[in-house]
Amino acid sequence: MKIQQISLFAENKPGHISAPARLLAKEGINIRALYLADTQEYGILRLIVADWQRAAELLEAQGFIVKVTEVLAVEVPDRPGGLADVLEALQGSGINIEYMYAFPYMRGDQAIIIFRFNDPDAAIERLQTAGINLVASEELLK
Amino acid sequence: MMNRILETSAADCHPLSVPDYTPADELRALQLKRLQAVVARAWQHVPLFRSRMDELGLTPDDIRSLADIVKLPFTQKSDLRDNYPFGLFASPMKDVVRLHASSGTTGKPIVVAYTQEDVDVWTSVLVRALAGCGLHRGDIIQVAYGYGLFTGGLGAHYGAEGLGATVVPASGGHADRQIMLMKDFGVTAMCCTPSYFLHLIDRAAEMGVNMKDLPIRAGVFGAEPWTDAMRQRIEELSGIEAFDIFGLSEIIGPGVGCECRRHSGLHIFEDHFYPEIVDPETGEPLPEGVEGELVLTTLSKQAMPMIRYRTHDMSRILPGKCECGRILRRIGRIGRRSDDMLIIRGVNVFPSQVETALLAVEGALPHYQIILTRSQGLDQMEVQVEITPQMFNDKIGAMQELHDKLQHSLDRVLGIRVRVSLVEAHTIERSEGKAKRVIDRRTV
Repeated sequence: MKIQQISLFAENKPGHISAPARLLAKEGINIRALYLADTQEYGILRLIVADWQRAAELLEAQGFIVKVTEVLAVEVPDRPGGLADVLEALQGSGINIEYMYAFPYMRGDQAIIIFRFNDPDAAIERLQTAGINLVASEELLK
Repeated sequence: MMNRILETSAADCHPLSVPDYTPADELRALQLKRLQAVVARAWQHVPLFRSRMDELGLTPDDIRSLADIVKLPFTQKSDLRDNYPFGLFASPMKDVVRLHASSGTTGKPIVVAYTQEDVDVWTSVLVRALAGCGLHRGDIIQVAYGYGLFTGGLGAHYGAEGLGATVVPASGGHADRQIMLMKDFGVTAMCCTPSYFLHLIDRAAEMGVNMKDLPIRAGVFGAEPWTDAMRQRIEELSGIEAFDIFGLSEIIGPGVGCECRRHSGLHIFEDHFYPEIVDPETGEPLPEGVEGELVLTTLSKQAMPMIRYRTHDMSRILPGKCECGRILRRIGRIGRRSDDMLIIRGVNVFPSQVETALLAVEGALPHYQIILTRSQGLDQMEVQVEITPQMFNDKIGAMQELHDKLQHSLDRVLGIRVRVSLVEAHTIERSEGKAKRVIDRRTV
Protein backbone atom coordinates (compact mmCIF):
# COMPACT_ATOMS: atom_id res chain seq x y z
CA MET A 1 0.00 0.00 0.00
CA LYS A 2 2.90 2.28 0.61
CA ILE A 3 4.26 4.57 -2.07
CA GLN A 4 7.92 5.54 -2.26
CA GLN A 5 8.37 9.28 -2.45
CA ILE A 6 11.64 10.97 -3.36
CA SER A 7 12.64 14.21 -1.59
CA LEU A 8 15.35 16.59 -2.69
CA PHE A 9 16.94 19.56 -0.96
CA ALA A 10 17.01 22.69 -3.13
CA GLU A 11 18.16 26.19 -2.35
CA ASN A 12 15.56 28.86 -2.92
CA LYS A 13 17.33 30.34 -5.95
CA PRO A 14 16.38 30.66 -9.61
CA GLY A 15 17.09 27.50 -11.58
CA HIS A 16 17.55 25.15 -8.66
CA ILE A 17 14.50 23.03 -9.45
CA SER A 18 15.23 22.77 -13.14
CA ALA A 19 18.42 20.70 -12.83
CA PRO A 20 16.77 17.64 -11.25
CA ALA A 21 13.72 18.03 -13.50
CA ARG A 22 15.93 18.06 -16.60
CA LEU A 23 17.91 15.07 -15.39
CA LEU A 24 14.76 12.97 -14.92
CA ALA A 25 13.40 14.13 -18.28
CA LYS A 26 16.58 13.03 -20.04
CA GLU A 27 16.22 9.56 -18.55
CA GLY A 28 12.58 9.33 -19.57
CA ILE A 29 11.30 9.33 -16.00
CA ASN A 30 7.91 10.98 -15.74
CA ILE A 31 7.04 13.00 -12.66
CA ARG A 32 3.52 11.98 -11.60
CA ALA A 33 3.18 14.23 -8.58
CA LEU A 34 5.25 17.00 -7.12
CA TYR A 35 5.11 19.19 -4.10
CA LEU A 36 7.53 21.89 -3.05
CA ALA A 37 7.68 22.86 0.62
CA ASP A 38 9.65 26.05 0.90
CA THR A 39 11.15 28.47 3.38
CA GLN A 40 12.76 31.77 2.53
CA GLU A 41 16.11 30.12 1.99
CA TYR A 42 15.52 26.59 0.78
CA GLY A 43 12.88 24.16 -0.28
CA ILE A 44 12.19 20.47 -0.13
CA LEU A 45 11.06 19.05 -3.45
CA ARG A 46 8.93 15.93 -3.07
CA LEU A 47 8.39 13.78 -6.14
CA ILE A 48 6.41 10.71 -7.01
CA VAL A 49 7.76 8.91 -10.04
CA ALA A 50 7.19 5.46 -11.51
CA ASP A 51 10.76 4.22 -11.37
CA TRP A 52 11.74 5.66 -8.00
CA GLN A 53 14.80 3.46 -7.47
CA ARG A 54 16.39 4.46 -10.75
CA ALA A 55 15.42 8.10 -10.20
CA ALA A 56 17.02 8.13 -6.73
CA GLU A 57 20.20 6.51 -8.06
CA LEU A 58 20.45 8.94 -10.96
CA LEU A 59 19.93 11.96 -8.75
CA GLU A 60 22.41 10.73 -6.16
CA ALA A 61 24.98 10.07 -8.87
CA GLN A 62 24.62 13.72 -9.85
CA GLY A 63 25.35 14.80 -6.29
CA PHE A 64 21.82 15.51 -5.07
CA ILE A 65 20.93 14.64 -1.51
CA VAL A 66 17.97 12.30 -1.85
CA LYS A 67 15.69 10.85 0.76
CA VAL A 68 13.14 8.14 0.06
CA THR A 69 10.07 8.21 2.29
CA GLU A 70 6.98 6.05 2.48
CA VAL A 71 3.71 7.85 1.89
CA LEU A 72 0.13 6.72 1.33
CA ALA A 73 -2.15 7.55 -1.58
CA VAL A 74 -5.64 7.87 -0.16
CA GLU A 75 -8.85 7.97 -2.19
CA VAL A 76 -11.05 10.84 -1.20
CA PRO A 77 -14.60 11.21 -2.58
CA ASP A 78 -14.81 14.25 -4.85
CA ARG A 79 -17.60 15.98 -2.95
CA PRO A 80 -17.92 18.50 -0.11
CA GLY A 81 -16.91 16.81 3.13
CA GLY A 82 -14.90 14.08 1.38
CA LEU A 83 -11.62 15.09 2.98
CA ALA A 84 -13.23 15.81 6.34
CA ASP A 85 -14.55 12.22 6.45
CA VAL A 86 -11.09 10.80 5.82
CA LEU A 87 -9.51 12.99 8.48
CA GLU A 88 -12.21 12.10 10.99
CA ALA A 89 -11.37 8.43 10.56
CA LEU A 90 -7.97 9.24 12.02
CA GLN A 91 -9.22 11.23 14.98
CA GLY A 92 -8.22 9.93 18.38
CA SER A 93 -5.73 7.48 16.87
CA GLY A 94 -2.64 9.44 17.76
CA ILE A 95 -1.57 9.18 14.13
CA ASN A 96 -0.10 12.45 12.96
CA ILE A 97 -0.13 13.85 9.46
CA GLU A 98 3.35 15.21 8.77
CA TYR A 99 2.16 16.75 5.51
CA MET A 100 -0.20 16.09 2.63
CA TYR A 101 -0.74 17.18 -0.94
CA ALA A 102 -3.15 16.43 -3.76
CA PHE A 103 -2.25 14.00 -6.53
CA PRO A 104 -3.03 15.68 -9.86
CA TYR A 105 -5.04 12.80 -11.40
CA MET A 106 -8.53 11.66 -10.49
CA ARG A 107 -9.70 8.05 -10.37
CA GLY A 108 -13.29 8.21 -11.52
CA ASP A 109 -15.09 10.35 -8.97
CA GLN A 110 -12.31 9.91 -6.45
CA ALA A 111 -9.60 12.45 -5.78
CA ILE A 112 -6.26 11.14 -4.53
CA ILE A 113 -4.36 12.75 -1.70
CA ILE A 114 -0.80 11.86 -0.75
CA PHE A 115 -0.29 11.65 3.01
CA ARG A 116 2.96 11.46 4.94
CA PHE A 117 2.03 9.95 8.33
CA ASN A 118 4.29 9.58 11.33
CA ASP A 119 3.19 5.92 11.48
CA PRO A 120 2.15 4.71 7.99
CA ASP A 121 1.38 1.13 9.10
CA ALA A 122 -1.02 2.27 11.80
CA ALA A 123 -2.59 4.67 9.30
CA ILE A 124 -3.16 1.88 6.76
CA GLU A 125 -4.93 -0.23 9.32
CA ARG A 126 -7.04 2.63 10.59
CA LEU A 127 -8.07 3.91 7.16
CA GLN A 128 -8.90 0.47 5.80
CA THR A 129 -10.96 -0.33 8.87
CA ALA A 130 -12.92 2.86 8.18
CA GLY A 131 -13.54 1.63 4.61
CA ILE A 132 -11.28 4.19 2.99
CA ASN A 133 -9.50 2.97 -0.10
CA LEU A 134 -5.75 3.27 -0.50
CA VAL A 135 -4.27 3.27 -3.97
CA ALA A 136 -1.39 0.84 -4.51
CA SER A 137 1.80 1.95 -6.14
CA GLU A 138 1.29 -0.12 -9.34
CA GLU A 139 -2.15 1.35 -9.88
CA LEU A 140 -1.16 4.89 -9.09
CA LEU A 141 1.84 4.94 -11.38
CA LYS A 142 0.70 2.80 -14.30
CA MET B 1 69.80 35.10 44.31
CA MET B 2 66.13 34.49 43.57
CA ASN B 3 64.99 36.25 46.68
CA ARG B 4 67.12 39.25 45.95
CA ILE B 5 65.46 39.75 42.57
CA LEU B 6 62.02 39.41 44.06
CA GLU B 7 62.77 41.81 46.89
CA THR B 8 64.17 44.54 44.70
CA SER B 9 61.32 44.17 42.21
CA ALA B 10 58.60 45.08 44.63
CA ALA B 11 60.09 48.44 45.49
CA ASP B 12 61.29 49.45 42.02
CA CYS B 13 58.32 48.41 39.99
CA HIS B 14 55.63 50.76 41.11
CA PRO B 15 53.19 50.77 38.21
CA LEU B 16 53.06 54.53 37.80
CA SER B 17 56.73 55.28 38.31
CA VAL B 18 57.73 55.75 34.66
CA PRO B 19 56.54 58.62 32.51
CA ASP B 20 56.48 58.39 28.73
CA TYR B 21 59.40 60.81 28.29
CA THR B 22 62.01 59.16 30.52
CA PRO B 23 65.54 58.84 29.08
CA ALA B 24 65.93 55.64 27.08
CA ASP B 25 68.63 54.11 29.26
CA GLU B 26 66.48 54.52 32.35
CA LEU B 27 63.58 52.83 30.59
CA ARG B 28 65.84 49.92 29.49
CA ALA B 29 67.18 49.52 33.02
CA LEU B 30 63.65 49.42 34.40
CA GLN B 31 62.58 46.93 31.73
CA LEU B 32 65.46 44.62 32.64
CA LYS B 33 64.68 44.79 36.33
CA ARG B 34 61.01 44.03 35.67
CA LEU B 35 61.81 41.28 33.17
CA GLN B 36 64.00 39.55 35.73
CA ALA B 37 61.27 39.87 38.32
CA VAL B 38 58.47 38.59 36.11
CA VAL B 39 60.54 35.64 34.89
CA ALA B 40 61.35 34.78 38.49
CA ARG B 41 57.69 35.08 39.41
CA ALA B 42 56.49 32.84 36.59
CA TRP B 43 59.29 30.35 37.31
CA GLN B 44 58.28 30.14 40.96
CA HIS B 45 54.52 29.96 40.51
CA VAL B 46 53.65 28.63 37.05
CA PRO B 47 54.56 24.93 36.65
CA LEU B 48 54.26 25.01 32.84
CA PHE B 49 56.77 27.83 32.56
CA ARG B 50 59.13 26.18 35.02
CA SER B 51 59.10 22.88 33.17
CA ARG B 52 59.81 24.63 29.88
CA MET B 53 62.69 26.51 31.48
CA ASP B 54 63.98 23.20 32.87
CA GLU B 55 63.84 21.64 29.41
CA LEU B 56 65.98 24.47 28.07
CA GLY B 57 68.35 24.23 31.05
CA LEU B 58 67.47 27.78 32.08
CA THR B 59 66.88 29.47 35.41
CA PRO B 60 65.80 33.08 35.98
CA ASP B 61 69.47 33.92 36.72
CA ASP B 62 70.25 33.42 33.03
CA ILE B 63 68.43 36.65 32.21
CA ARG B 64 71.23 39.17 32.63
CA SER B 65 70.34 41.59 29.85
CA LEU B 66 67.26 42.47 27.82
CA ALA B 67 68.85 40.66 24.87
CA ASP B 68 68.64 37.44 26.91
CA ILE B 69 64.86 37.48 26.46
CA VAL B 70 65.31 35.50 23.23
CA LYS B 71 66.49 32.53 25.32
CA LEU B 72 63.07 32.25 26.96
CA PRO B 73 60.39 29.85 25.71
CA PHE B 74 57.36 31.21 23.87
CA THR B 75 53.84 31.09 25.29
CA GLN B 76 51.02 30.19 22.90
CA LYS B 77 47.28 30.65 23.02
CA SER B 78 46.97 26.86 23.19
CA ASP B 79 48.81 26.99 26.54
CA LEU B 80 45.93 29.05 27.93
CA ARG B 81 43.42 26.60 26.51
CA ASP B 82 45.30 23.55 27.82
CA ASN B 83 45.54 25.06 31.29
CA TYR B 84 41.93 26.21 31.44
CA PRO B 85 40.75 27.83 33.57
CA PHE B 86 43.31 28.84 36.23
CA GLY B 87 46.43 26.79 35.42
CA LEU B 88 48.68 29.70 34.43
CA PHE B 89 47.91 31.94 37.39
CA ALA B 90 50.92 33.08 39.39
CA SER B 91 48.86 34.54 42.23
CA PRO B 92 46.67 32.73 44.74
CA MET B 93 42.95 33.25 44.09
CA LYS B 94 42.62 35.42 47.19
CA ASP B 95 44.78 38.02 45.41
CA VAL B 96 42.86 37.83 42.14
CA VAL B 97 40.29 40.63 41.98
CA ARG B 98 39.06 40.21 38.41
CA LEU B 99 38.63 37.57 35.72
CA HIS B 100 38.00 38.18 32.05
CA ALA B 101 37.65 35.72 29.21
CA SER B 102 37.88 35.77 25.46
CA SER B 103 37.32 33.19 22.78
CA GLY B 104 39.77 30.36 22.54
CA THR B 105 40.42 28.37 19.40
CA THR B 106 37.72 25.80 20.16
CA GLY B 107 34.68 25.65 22.42
CA LYS B 108 36.23 26.85 25.68
CA PRO B 109 37.19 30.46 26.29
CA ILE B 110 40.59 31.50 27.57
CA VAL B 111 40.64 33.04 31.01
CA VAL B 112 42.79 35.92 32.22
CA ALA B 113 43.25 37.22 35.77
CA TYR B 114 44.17 40.47 37.47
CA THR B 115 45.38 41.38 40.93
CA GLN B 116 44.50 44.85 42.21
CA GLU B 117 47.95 45.96 41.09
CA ASP B 118 47.30 44.56 37.60
CA VAL B 119 44.02 46.49 37.40
CA ASP B 120 45.90 49.63 38.49
CA VAL B 121 48.56 49.09 35.80
CA TRP B 122 45.85 48.52 33.21
CA THR B 123 44.11 51.71 34.25
CA SER B 124 47.41 53.60 34.18
CA VAL B 125 48.30 52.57 30.63
CA LEU B 126 44.82 53.50 29.42
CA VAL B 127 45.10 56.86 31.15
CA ARG B 128 48.36 57.41 29.26
CA ALA B 129 46.78 56.19 26.02
CA LEU B 130 43.76 58.48 26.32
CA ALA B 131 45.93 61.41 27.38
CA GLY B 132 48.05 60.77 24.28
CA CYS B 133 44.87 61.18 22.22
CA GLY B 134 44.48 64.67 23.69
CA LEU B 135 41.73 63.69 26.16
CA HIS B 136 41.63 64.96 29.73
CA ARG B 137 39.52 65.74 32.78
CA GLY B 138 36.40 67.50 31.56
CA ASP B 139 35.95 65.25 28.55
CA ILE B 140 32.81 63.14 28.36
CA ILE B 141 33.81 59.70 27.08
CA GLN B 142 31.24 57.19 25.88
CA VAL B 143 32.34 53.57 26.06
CA ALA B 144 30.47 51.50 23.48
CA TYR B 145 32.57 48.35 23.81
CA GLY B 146 30.70 45.47 25.37
CA TYR B 147 30.94 45.36 29.15
CA GLY B 148 31.43 41.92 30.59
CA LEU B 149 33.90 39.12 30.08
CA PHE B 150 35.30 41.02 27.07
CA THR B 151 38.11 43.31 28.25
CA GLY B 152 37.11 46.23 25.98
CA GLY B 153 34.29 47.77 28.00
CA LEU B 154 35.66 47.65 31.53
CA GLY B 155 39.20 48.40 30.37
CA ALA B 156 38.24 51.59 28.58
CA HIS B 157 35.88 52.47 31.42
CA TYR B 158 38.56 52.33 34.12
CA GLY B 159 40.98 54.23 31.90
CA ALA B 160 38.54 57.03 31.19
CA GLU B 161 37.59 57.26 34.85
CA GLY B 162 41.25 57.20 35.86
CA LEU B 163 41.84 60.09 33.51
CA GLY B 164 39.25 62.07 35.43
CA ALA B 165 36.87 62.24 32.50
CA THR B 166 33.13 61.67 32.75
CA VAL B 167 32.33 58.15 31.59
CA VAL B 168 29.14 57.18 29.80
CA PRO B 169 29.14 53.37 30.09
CA ALA B 170 26.77 52.73 27.19
CA SER B 171 28.18 49.25 26.41
CA GLY B 172 27.60 47.74 22.96
CA GLY B 173 24.57 47.79 20.71
CA HIS B 174 21.43 49.94 20.50
CA ALA B 175 22.73 52.40 17.91
CA ASP B 176 19.80 54.81 18.25
CA ARG B 177 20.35 55.09 21.98
CA GLN B 178 24.12 55.55 21.50
CA ILE B 179 23.42 58.50 19.21
CA MET B 180 20.84 59.97 21.57
CA LEU B 181 23.36 59.79 24.45
CA MET B 182 26.12 61.35 22.33
CA LYS B 183 23.81 64.21 21.45
CA ASP B 184 22.04 64.78 24.77
CA PHE B 185 25.10 64.33 27.02
CA GLY B 186 27.46 66.32 24.80
CA VAL B 187 29.86 63.39 24.47
CA THR B 188 33.34 64.53 23.35
CA ALA B 189 35.00 61.16 22.72
CA MET B 190 33.97 57.63 21.88
CA CYS B 191 35.63 54.28 22.59
CA CYS B 192 34.39 51.44 20.37
CA THR B 193 35.39 49.39 17.33
CA PRO B 194 35.98 51.49 14.20
CA SER B 195 33.39 49.53 12.24
CA TYR B 196 30.79 50.19 14.91
CA PHE B 197 31.53 53.89 14.77
CA LEU B 198 31.03 53.81 10.99
CA HIS B 199 27.70 52.15 11.66
CA LEU B 200 26.80 54.92 14.12
CA ILE B 201 27.67 57.57 11.53
CA ASP B 202 25.30 55.91 9.04
CA ARG B 203 22.57 55.47 11.60
CA ALA B 204 22.91 59.07 12.79
CA ALA B 205 22.48 60.29 9.21
CA GLU B 206 19.30 58.20 8.90
CA MET B 207 18.05 59.80 12.11
CA GLY B 208 18.79 63.26 10.72
CA VAL B 209 21.77 63.79 13.04
CA ASN B 210 24.99 65.08 11.52
CA MET B 211 27.95 63.91 13.60
CA LYS B 212 29.79 67.04 12.61
CA ASP B 213 27.25 69.12 14.56
CA LEU B 214 27.88 67.14 17.77
CA PRO B 215 30.60 68.04 20.33
CA ILE B 216 32.44 64.74 19.72
CA ARG B 217 36.02 65.41 18.63
CA ALA B 218 37.89 62.13 19.13
CA GLY B 219 37.41 58.41 18.74
CA VAL B 220 39.69 55.79 20.27
CA PHE B 221 39.09 52.73 18.15
CA GLY B 222 40.37 49.19 18.58
CA ALA B 223 39.61 45.49 19.00
CA GLU B 224 39.84 44.92 15.24
CA PRO B 225 42.29 45.76 12.46
CA TRP B 226 41.39 48.77 10.33
CA THR B 227 42.99 50.70 7.56
CA ASP B 228 44.04 54.28 6.94
CA ALA B 229 41.32 54.42 4.29
CA MET B 230 38.77 53.61 6.98
CA ARG B 231 40.25 56.28 9.23
CA GLN B 232 39.97 58.81 6.44
CA ARG B 233 36.35 57.92 5.85
CA ILE B 234 35.48 58.15 9.57
CA GLU B 235 37.23 61.50 9.91
CA GLU B 236 35.64 62.95 6.78
CA LEU B 237 32.14 61.85 7.66
CA SER B 238 32.18 62.76 11.35
CA GLY B 239 34.78 65.51 11.70
CA ILE B 240 36.53 63.71 14.58
CA GLU B 241 40.15 62.67 15.05
CA ALA B 242 40.40 58.87 14.99
CA PHE B 243 43.03 57.00 17.05
CA ASP B 244 44.08 53.37 16.83
CA ILE B 245 44.41 51.59 20.18
CA PHE B 246 45.80 48.07 20.49
CA GLY B 247 45.62 45.36 23.09
CA LEU B 248 44.73 41.77 23.78
CA SER B 249 43.21 40.06 26.78
CA GLU B 250 46.11 37.65 27.19
CA ILE B 251 48.45 40.59 27.82
CA ILE B 252 46.05 42.90 29.69
CA GLY B 253 43.28 44.09 27.33
CA PRO B 254 43.13 47.38 25.43
CA GLY B 255 45.98 49.73 26.22
CA VAL B 256 49.05 47.70 25.27
CA GLY B 257 49.74 50.41 22.71
CA CYS B 258 48.05 53.47 21.27
CA GLU B 259 48.58 56.17 18.69
CA CYS B 260 49.49 59.68 19.74
CA ARG B 261 48.34 62.76 17.84
CA ARG B 262 51.13 62.29 15.28
CA HIS B 263 49.34 59.12 14.10
CA SER B 264 52.59 57.47 13.05
CA GLY B 265 52.37 54.06 14.64
CA LEU B 266 51.24 52.91 18.06
CA HIS B 267 53.39 53.63 21.10
CA ILE B 268 53.81 50.48 23.19
CA PHE B 269 53.71 51.11 26.93
CA GLU B 270 57.09 49.51 27.12
CA ASP B 271 57.57 49.85 30.84
CA HIS B 272 54.86 47.17 31.17
CA PHE B 273 54.85 45.32 27.84
CA TYR B 274 58.05 44.29 26.09
CA PRO B 275 57.65 43.97 22.32
CA GLU B 276 59.62 41.73 19.98
CA ILE B 277 59.11 40.92 16.32
CA VAL B 278 59.86 37.36 15.24
CA ASP B 279 59.66 35.30 12.09
CA PRO B 280 56.24 33.62 12.35
CA GLU B 281 57.61 30.38 10.88
CA THR B 282 60.91 29.98 12.70
CA GLY B 283 60.39 32.16 15.78
CA GLU B 284 63.75 33.84 15.12
CA PRO B 285 63.94 37.50 16.19
CA LEU B 286 63.75 40.02 13.34
CA PRO B 287 65.52 43.38 13.25
CA GLU B 288 63.81 46.71 13.76
CA GLY B 289 61.70 47.80 10.80
CA VAL B 290 61.11 44.30 9.42
CA GLU B 291 57.59 42.91 9.48
CA GLY B 292 56.95 39.78 11.49
CA GLU B 293 54.85 38.42 14.31
CA LEU B 294 54.49 40.59 17.38
CA VAL B 295 55.57 38.83 20.57
CA LEU B 296 54.81 40.46 23.91
CA THR B 297 56.07 39.91 27.42
CA THR B 298 54.24 41.39 30.39
CA LEU B 299 56.87 43.05 32.55
CA SER B 300 54.76 43.83 35.62
CA LYS B 301 51.81 41.45 35.52
CA GLN B 302 51.21 39.70 38.82
CA ALA B 303 48.23 37.36 38.44
CA MET B 304 49.08 35.98 35.05
CA PRO B 305 52.51 36.81 33.66
CA MET B 306 52.85 36.15 29.94
CA ILE B 307 56.37 35.44 28.79
CA ARG B 308 57.03 35.88 25.07
CA TYR B 309 53.37 35.51 24.11
CA ARG B 310 52.83 34.83 20.41
CA THR B 311 50.11 37.31 19.39
CA HIS B 312 49.96 36.16 15.74
CA ASP B 313 49.45 39.83 14.89
CA MET B 314 51.77 40.89 12.09
CA SER B 315 53.55 44.21 12.60
CA ARG B 316 56.98 45.79 12.80
CA ILE B 317 58.83 48.01 15.20
CA LEU B 318 59.11 51.42 13.61
CA PRO B 319 62.64 52.81 13.52
CA GLY B 320 63.43 56.27 14.86
CA LYS B 321 61.75 58.45 17.43
CA CYS B 322 58.25 59.86 17.25
CA GLU B 323 57.96 63.60 16.80
CA CYS B 324 55.75 63.73 19.88
CA GLY B 325 58.85 63.24 22.02
CA ARG B 326 57.72 60.04 23.74
CA ILE B 327 60.54 57.60 24.22
CA LEU B 328 58.18 54.64 23.86
CA ARG B 329 58.87 52.58 20.75
CA ARG B 330 56.13 52.29 18.16
CA ILE B 331 54.71 49.39 16.20
CA GLY B 332 53.09 49.72 12.78
CA ARG B 333 49.34 49.37 12.56
CA ILE B 334 48.26 45.75 12.52
CA GLY B 335 46.84 44.69 9.19
CA ARG B 336 46.95 40.94 9.12
CA ARG B 337 47.56 37.88 11.21
CA SER B 338 49.91 34.94 10.94
CA ASP B 339 47.15 32.49 11.85
CA ASP B 340 43.57 32.02 10.71
CA MET B 341 41.92 34.08 13.45
CA LEU B 342 39.12 36.36 12.26
CA ILE B 343 38.02 39.48 14.05
CA ILE B 344 34.30 40.07 13.69
CA ARG B 345 32.73 43.11 15.32
CA GLY B 346 35.72 43.14 17.69
CA VAL B 347 35.26 39.49 18.67
CA ASN B 348 37.95 36.92 17.91
CA VAL B 349 36.70 33.97 15.92
CA PHE B 350 38.65 30.93 14.77
CA PRO B 351 37.38 28.66 11.99
CA SER B 352 38.13 25.78 14.37
CA GLN B 353 35.41 27.13 16.70
CA VAL B 354 32.93 26.90 13.85
CA GLU B 355 33.93 23.27 13.40
CA THR B 356 33.46 22.61 17.11
CA ALA B 357 29.98 24.12 16.95
CA LEU B 358 28.95 22.17 13.85
CA LEU B 359 30.33 18.93 15.25
CA ALA B 360 28.34 19.44 18.44
CA VAL B 361 25.11 19.29 16.43
CA GLU B 362 25.87 16.74 13.76
CA GLY B 363 28.55 14.50 15.19
CA ALA B 364 30.16 14.54 11.76
CA LEU B 365 31.61 17.64 10.19
CA PRO B 366 29.71 18.83 7.14
CA HIS B 367 31.40 20.97 4.50
CA TYR B 368 31.08 24.57 5.50
CA GLN B 369 32.24 28.02 4.51
CA ILE B 370 32.45 31.27 6.41
CA ILE B 371 31.47 34.34 4.44
CA LEU B 372 32.26 37.76 5.86
CA THR B 373 30.65 40.90 4.58
CA ARG B 374 30.23 44.40 5.88
CA SER B 375 26.89 46.12 5.74
CA GLN B 376 26.51 49.71 6.95
CA GLY B 377 29.84 49.44 8.73
CA LEU B 378 28.86 46.28 10.59
CA ASP B 379 30.54 42.95 10.02
CA GLN B 380 28.22 40.13 9.09
CA MET B 381 29.22 36.52 9.37
CA GLU B 382 27.43 33.83 7.45
CA VAL B 383 28.16 30.16 7.87
CA GLN B 384 27.05 28.12 4.88
CA VAL B 385 26.59 24.46 5.70
CA GLU B 386 26.30 21.85 2.99
CA ILE B 387 23.44 19.43 3.49
CA THR B 388 24.51 15.83 4.05
CA PRO B 389 22.28 12.74 3.68
CA GLN B 390 22.26 12.42 7.49
CA MET B 391 21.04 16.00 7.89
CA PHE B 392 18.39 15.96 5.19
CA ASN B 393 14.79 15.32 6.08
CA ASP B 394 11.68 15.57 3.92
CA LYS B 395 9.85 17.39 6.72
CA ILE B 396 10.27 21.13 6.75
CA GLY B 397 9.88 21.24 10.55
CA ALA B 398 12.80 18.87 10.98
CA MET B 399 14.93 21.01 8.69
CA GLN B 400 14.01 24.16 10.60
CA GLU B 401 14.89 22.40 13.83
CA LEU B 402 18.29 21.45 12.43
CA HIS B 403 18.80 25.05 11.33
CA ASP B 404 17.92 26.32 14.81
CA LYS B 405 20.25 23.82 16.48
CA LEU B 406 23.14 24.88 14.25
CA GLN B 407 22.32 28.51 14.94
CA HIS B 408 22.27 28.04 18.73
CA SER B 409 25.45 26.00 18.75
CA LEU B 410 27.32 28.62 16.71
CA ASP B 411 25.97 31.50 18.81
CA ARG B 412 27.00 29.72 21.98
CA VAL B 413 30.51 28.75 20.89
CA LEU B 414 31.37 31.96 19.03
CA GLY B 415 29.62 34.42 21.31
CA ILE B 416 28.37 36.44 18.36
CA ARG B 417 25.28 36.26 16.20
CA VAL B 418 25.89 34.56 12.87
CA ARG B 419 23.64 33.74 9.96
CA VAL B 420 23.38 30.05 9.16
CA SER B 421 22.48 29.00 5.62
CA LEU B 422 21.82 25.44 4.55
CA VAL B 423 23.10 24.93 1.02
CA GLU B 424 22.96 22.08 -1.48
CA ALA B 425 25.63 19.41 -1.45
CA HIS B 426 28.78 20.02 -3.51
CA THR B 427 28.07 23.72 -3.96
CA ILE B 428 30.88 25.05 -1.78
CA GLU B 429 33.88 25.54 -3.98
CA ARG B 430 36.74 23.19 -3.29
CA SER B 431 40.28 23.85 -4.32
CA GLU B 432 42.45 20.76 -4.65
CA GLY B 433 39.91 18.78 -2.67
CA LYS B 434 40.03 21.13 0.27
CA ALA B 435 37.30 23.67 0.76
CA LYS B 436 38.29 27.28 1.17
CA ARG B 437 37.03 27.94 4.66
CA VAL B 438 36.79 31.69 4.72
CA ILE B 439 35.66 34.18 2.10
CA ASP B 440 36.28 37.69 3.37
CA ARG B 441 34.37 40.25 1.31
CA ARG B 442 34.70 43.05 3.83
CA THR B 443 35.89 46.31 2.37
CA VAL B 444 36.14 49.78 3.88
